[in-house]
This record gives sequence, structure tokens and C-alpha cells, in this order.
Amino acid sequence: MENEKNILEVRNLQVNFKTYAGDVKAIRDVSFDLRKGETLAIVGESGSGKSVTTRTIMGLNASNADIASGTIKYKGDDLLKKSEKEMEAIRGQDIAEIFQDPMTSLDPTMKIGRQIAEPLMVHKGMKKEKALAQALEMMKLVGITDAENRINDYPHQFSGGMRQRIVIAIALVNYPEILIADEPTTALDVTIQAQILNLMKELQDKISTSIIFITHDLGVVAGMADRVAVMYAGKIVEYGTVDEIFYNPKHPYTWGLLSSMPTMDTGGDELPSIPGTPPDLLDPPKGDAFAARNAYALKIDTEKEPPFFKVSDTHYAATWLMHPDAPEVTPPAQIVERQKKYAEMQSKLVQTQRTTSPVEEEEEQQ
Amino acid sequence: MAKYLAKRIFYLVLTLFIVITVTFFLMKLLPGTPLTNQAKLSKSQIALIYEQYGLNKPVWQQYLLYLAGAVRGNFGTSFQFSDQPVSYLLSSRIGPSLQIGLQAMIFGVIIGIIVGSFGAMKQNTWVDTSATFVSILGISIPSFVLAVLLQYYLGLKLGWFPIAEWGGFIYTVLPTLALGATPLAESARFVRTEMVDVLSSDYIELAKAKGLSRTGVIYHHALRNSLIPLITIVGPLAVNIMTGSMVVENIFSIPGIGEQFVKSVLTNDYPTIMGLTIIYSFMLCVVLLFTDILYGIVDPRIRITGKAN
Repeated sequence: MENEKNILEVRNLQVNFKTYAGDVKAIRDVSFDLRKGETLAIVGESGSGKSVTTRTIMGLNASNADIASGTIKYKGDDLLKKSEKEMEAIRGQDIAEIFQDPMTSLDPTMKIGRQIAEPLMVHKGMKKEKALAQALEMMKLVGITDAENRINDYPHQFSGGMRQRIVIAIALVNYPEILIADEPTTALDVTIQAQILNLMKELQDKISTSIIFITHDLGVVAGMADRVAVMYAGKIVEYGTVDEIFYNPKHPYTWGLLSSMPTMDTGGDELPSIPGTPPDLLDPPKGDAFAARNAYALKIDTEKEPPFFKVSDTHYAATWLMHPDAPEVTPPAQIVERQKKYAEMQSKLVQTQRTTSPVEEEEEQQ
Repeated sequence: MAKYLAKRIFYLVLTLFIVITVTFFLMKLLPGTPLTNQAKLSKSQIALIYEQYGLNKPVWQQYLLYLAGAVRGNFGTSFQFSDQPVSYLLSSRIGPSLQIGLQAMIFGVIIGIIVGSFGAMKQNTWVDTSATFVSILGISIPSFVLAVLLQYYLGLKLGWFPIAEWGGFIYTVLPTLALGATPLAESARFVRTEMVDVLSSDYIELAKAKGLSRTGVIYHHALRNSLIPLITIVGPLAVNIMTGSMVVENIFSIPGIGEQFVKSVLTNDYPTIMGLTIIYSFMLCVVLLFTDILYGIVDPRIRITGKAN
């Protein structure tokens, strides 16, 4: 591992899907780290490669997926080099996943107690009774009321929110090191969303797991994530801490995403949207994939792919606008507002830091 | 559950009543009489025979008499075999029919499940293609053609099995194969489609994410969920076996009710035809009731509870 703090290091990952029409380049050179105990949000629109990234980590890609290059290091071992048997031992034990739709992700003909107990029986070799006893504890932990009586119920006897709690219980029953949550609240209504997100945060503290949180909903990201990676057309275009992405975004795509998110201050008649559609990944465009939809595109965007430019130690953006020679552009009004707020926050932070001792400051950064 | 059963049994009786009524009057509308050599008989002889079987009474009276008898399990006397009550005639013949029918069903469905599952698990490989080929053959070859082919190759050429005799289990093998081909093909096709569907569902993905092995996923999650809808086609398959048995029993000379049915139709043996129709309807009703109850047992979502109305 390059960094002791990292539990997962993804480097130069490229995944293609073989189809009759040709290779769909779903993941085009993606690298990121996941640190111990943090929540990393991967944000992007449908088809940007978020889910394929997590499927690749889990080793659960469709049979026509071809991992062209890259490494996924977990505790120093490359998951891509592991055999199917070795991956089976990791799935549900070290790395677990929560799926999008709780209405379809539980087996309709198996009692939920048994479904929660299954990972224990598979990985810990527990006998059914013992595993069920532990499953019951897990049900209580995820907030299922009357768990003793409900352990023998079937999924259809639960509401959507309760089912997602069960799915979370299944994922966390073995206290995994990494939890991948693939849009875990998309299929739920808004009030339930908040409950599920709170539950996830609560449990993250209790069992100290790291979370990769996949979503297209920036509103959810703000309260959930420590760091954010923005994906577009199979690439990460910008990543940074949640404050940096929300208040000091540098990539025009992030600008577009943030502007199209309604806030309390949003006025006017129409919510801005990003024009056009994502590029066809059968034949990705030359240069910056976002150029065709980008009002701020430069000539070089259509010719050469931008590298990552450093904004801060934690914040990088892949846009030519960051190049020293690039012309100065003014982001959309909403983004300017956000940047102003960010500047205020930063100055406040500096003031508070003056009153605290340097030792505490060090701890805070960790 | 008891209430549900009572209701279903009431419907069963109602169905049988309607079947009896419709068949009875249809039979009366048919041209021809049960007397084979009518031309040689005098008028008085015919009248005598008619009186003996109660055929001289008005039709509505005959109908009421028949109903009254049927309730007590008396389905009249066969025209074909003198002094043989239909109930006795049929009860002595139902054994062989039930045996090959059930054998064909169990053999067909179990092999069908295996063939279908393998097809789905090895989707779009040669295994899948061969499974599909077997299903298409089974569906498109009528049971009587298969029966004759089996007799010729396995019976006559290879001499492995007896042809057209009735004795022990060995005599049931060829008829079972001939009758079981369609259930096998149908259930293989059905299970394959269902399992392909189930294997692409989210809960299978979750089962894999739990770290279950491939066989664990199939055994614990995919199989049960793919087999539940199969219960739906058990009813139609039973019908298929019943109709198929009429021809197949004739080909293998099995002393069953199917063979009797054909004979009775050829000789206008009304009471026996009636009796057989009732038996076939009864068996079908029982199969349907059985599948509905079975559905509730294997699928928790449609379990019949006391609260159900």
C-alpha cells in the first residue's frame, strides 16, 4: 500500500464490456483511495461507470466485462489477481455491498432471519441456531422493532425502508472492512432516505467500516461523505473533500451538477440543467469527454485529455481551465456564490484555529 | 385453511355436477344406439333391452335417476359387458392408469427440472442448446409417435423392454417414457426461462455479494424461486398425460381407463363413457386443488391463512 491510512487503492482501472457493436469503454483509467473509516462518495449521472467500478471491486461484473488494466489493492493484495474461490471468501466478509432496490434485493421465499444469518454460516462456519441468534442482534441494531417475532417473517411482510434495514443488516453482519453502498436510498421515499442515511452513519461509527457511497444525488452526499469523487463518462474528473467539492468546485461538470441541484436560495423559474447527453462509450471522444456539453470548453479540450491539476493537497480537478495558461473564466452565478461562502468559511476556520493549540489541530486533520 | 378447503371441495362437487349434466345431455343428442346388430333384432327385443337399461323412460327421468345413482357411487351398468357395473369396471382399471400417469409426471418433471436448470446455468453454451433441442423434440413429437418408436427400437430391436404386455414395473417403463416426454419438455423449457430470469435478479446478486459459492447460490436461492411457477403448469400437464394415456394405453395394451375409454366410445357404451368423464374431471379437479395448496406451501407470499376470505 502506498499509504498506511488507505484500506483500498484503485489504480489505473480500465474496464471494457465486449458487445456485438464493439468494446464499450465503461471505466477509462480510474484511480482512487479509500481511507480507513471514511466515507467516499462517488457521484455521477447514470452510465458514468459508478456501479461498474464497485462491481469490479466485488468481482461481480457481467461475464462480458474485460478488465483491461489496473490494480485494486485491498490490504496490500490485488483483488483482480484473486481466484473466484478467494473472492468468495472476501465478499460478504471483508467487503460487503448494499444494493439500490430493497424491494428486489431480498430472496422472496426465504425467512429474513436466515438471510441475515447466511453470511455468518458461510464465512464463520456457524451453526444455524448460533447464526440466527446473532442475526437477531443485528436486526435490533438496524432498528427493526419486535425483532424476536419478525425473524421468521418473509420480505413481503416488510415495508421498503424496513427491507433496506434488513439489507444493511445482511451487509454488516460480518463487520466488513469496506461497505459499498450502491445508491442505497434511491428507491426509497425522502423521509425514509434520511432514516437510512442516519442509520448508516451510526453503524459506521459502531463497527468502524469504510464506506464507498455511490449516488447521483448530491443532496445526499453533503451529509454523508468525507470525500467526494465526481465521475463522468468512465473517468473521475474531480475529487476532494466534501467542502472543497461543494464550495470550491473547479471542473465545469461539477459546476453543472451543483447548479442543477435545487437549494433553499434557488430563485428564478427554471432549474439549470447540463445540455446534451453523455458521450457514447463505444467510441469515446478525443480529448475531454465533457467538452461537447461544456460551455467553457477550450480548443485544447477537443484535442487532448486534461491531466489532474492540483487545487489543494486533497483536491484535484481534471480540466484545462486549471492550466496556468488557460483564460480566466467566471463560473455560473450559483457557483460564485458557493465559492464566496467557502472563502468566508475558510477565514472563520483560520480564526478558530488561532485559538486552538497546534497539537489538537494535528489530530483534527487526521 | 379448513374453510378454504371446504369451499374448494364445494366447487369441486359443483364442477362435477355441471360435467355430469352436460355430458349426459350431449350423449343423448348423439346419433346411434349401443346396439351393434340392431338390424337383426326384433322390435320387441329392442324394447326389452331398452327397458332393461331404463332407456325407455323420458330423458329427464333418466337424468334424475342417473344423478341419484351417481351420488351413491352407482354409475349404471355397462352396455358393452353385460352385468358389469361401471363403478366396478373402472375401479379395476384405474390402477394401471394412475401408475403410469404418476410415473410419467414425476419422471418428466424431475428430469425436466434438471435439464432446464442446466440449460439456464450454462446459458448460451452447447449444454443450453442441447437442452433446448430436447425440449423442442419433446414438445413436437406426439406421445403416440414416440410410443411406437420406443417399442420398435428399445423393445423390438434391442429387446430391453417388453412390448404391449402388462405385468410388473418393467412393463411400465416404455409407456412412462412415452407419456413423460411432453411433461419433461414443457417443464425443462419453463424452468430454463424462469431460472434465467431469477439468475439475473437482484437477490441473486446479493447472494453472490454475501460470498456464497456458485452452487450455494443456485441451491439456496435460485432453485426454489424458479420452481414455484412450475406448479402452475402441473395442471395442464396432467391433462396432457390423461389425453395422451388414451392412445398410449392402446398402443401398449395397458388395461387402464384410457384404453377402456376408447373402446367405450367405439361401442357407444354410454354409462362407461359417462363414468370415465366423471373420473377424468374428478382427477383434474383434484390436481388443480393440490397445486393450489402446494403453491401456498412453497411460496410464502400466497400462503393461505385463516384470515383469507
